[in-house]
Amino acid sequence: MFAPYLLDAWIVSSLVAVASGCAGLFVVCRRESFAAHALPMAAFPGAAAAALFGVGQVYGLVVAALGGVALLLWLKRGQRSDAATALLLVALLALGSLFLSLSGRYADSVYALLFGQIFAVGPDDVLPAAILGLAVPAVLLSGFRPLLLSALSPDLAMVRGIGCTRIEILFLSVLALAAALALPVTGALLVFSLMTGPAGAACIMVRSPRAALALSVALALALIWSALALSYLTGWPAGFFTGVLAALLYLAPRIWRTARPAPRSPGLA
Amino acid sequence: MFDGFLASTVVQNALLIGAAAAVLSGVIGVFTVLRGQSFAGHVLADVSSAGGALSLLLGINPMLGFFGLGLLGALGLTGRRRGDGDLAAGILLGAGLGLTALLLHFAVTMRGVAGAAVSVMFGSLFAAPPGAGLLACFAALVGVLLLALIYKPLLLASLDGELASVRGANIRLVAGVFLVLLALAVTLSAMAVGAILSTALLIGPAAAALRVSRRPWVAMLLAALFGVACCWGGVALAYASYDWTPGRVWPVSFFITSLVLLVYAAASWRRH
Repeated sequence: MFAPYLLDAWIVSSLVAVASGCAGLFVVCRRESFAAHALPMAAFPGAAAAALFGVGQVYGLVVAALGGVALLLWLKRGQRSDAATALLLVALLALGSLFLSLSGRYADSVYALLFGQIFAVGPDDVLPAAILGLAVPAVLLSGFRPLLLSALSPDLAMVRGIGCTRIEILFLSVLALAAALALPVTGALLVFSLMTGPAGAACIMVRSPRAALALSVALALALIWSALALSYLTGWPAGFFTGVLAALLYLAPRIWRTARPAPRSPGLA
Repeated sequence: MFDGFLASTVVQNALLIGAAAAVLSGVIGVFTVLRGQSFAGHVLADVSSAGGALSLLLGINPMLGFFGLGLLGALGLTGRRRGDGDLAAGILLGAGLGLTALLLHFAVTMRGVAGAAVSVMFGSLFAAPPGAGLLACFAALVGVLLLALIYKPLLLASLDGELASVRGANIRLVAGVFLVLLALAVTLSAMAVGAILSTALLIGPAAAALRVSRRPWVAMLLAALFGVACCWGGVALAYASYDWTPGRVWPVSFFITSLVLLVYAAASWRRH
């Protein structure tokens, strides 16, 4: 399981977990679950285009995910209807499927990009993953207070001179980078699970935002390491374990709570 | 370029499935949009993808798989408490998608189904089993008849729930039957454009039609027409694309989805 050729997979997925755990906490606190759902979908055609034109996958992912941020802001500003939003997301997926079918490795790459391929990580992926995996938590930690304040109390943030729109754009861009980083490992459809499962559990378990952040990262690491190990041992796809474990992680503290009603503390979510 | 287009049984099959999916999705889609249940359609599509994967694994008709899991999803939706946020729904869907990943993996490794992920998630109109077209038409017919049966109470309940219950309509029953119909529409759409793209066929033509006319009858008719036009146009374009990039057919579902988006954009632009 810890053979040298798998070392890259362990390193990259750990970086992915740290970035996703951090980004996920802010997704939950700022109630941006739609963005966490949409940005991986926007990144999908980027990876497909990279495969078609023979460019490094990470470049396609980052460019497309940041394009997705612009699209999200445009949708928000124009108050577009749900139908328009849903159709645009679906069209992005369809565009990705076109690129993949033209690239010639249709069947394999569709599965890999939708559900992830943790063991396909190679030595070339480590450096970009390290850059993104360190940049995402660094930006989020340095903007810790304004990021939370502008979401929990926009008025107070305004008084303190924090521009909510600027913070929003900054946050969505960082979220896009985290999604681009996580997509090859978990797949476009399961980035959401990795981001919000651990964070959702952490927010209900502890009250202080800093503790929740630490717990969210720790749970995300535990989640991805378990998925990797179980996938290695059973030969089943890691995406299955990511999706199911994230749901269990999210539900467990809630069931625990309902089972023994302790003095309730509101928590973050 | 279109020599033998209509004579090919594969194309005939594709046109039939496309038309059946478009008609049922169009009429059901109008109510889905009116009732604000787009999200339920999305949930059913994601859940039914596991059924599509399961049918590949078991070697049964994909329609059975999509519909079976779609029904389970509908059952889950009726049991859903109000106020469960997007977050919980998204995470539960993630578990369902994980299951799809596992079943697709088994379909490839244990049964050697080539392109399992593509056909379930992005559709496989040209690879549908012979006879699937007629079966799809039959299913669409049953769906439309069932809708006609609950049309009045459904319309009343969609527009004004309180008035409907005062009039003695059994709202819970009507809502339940509607979810079953929604699962059937999602099934046919998933056969046509794939599970994760089925929202396009369900919501797109209906939303475009409602931009043109708010009268339910007209909107349903228009939605069905828009949908059939997009599906048939998509099949024709995919057929033609064989000559654009020698040896490679562009995905039908890409063309259908793009056409739906164009129709919706045109209908929205007309309103401005």
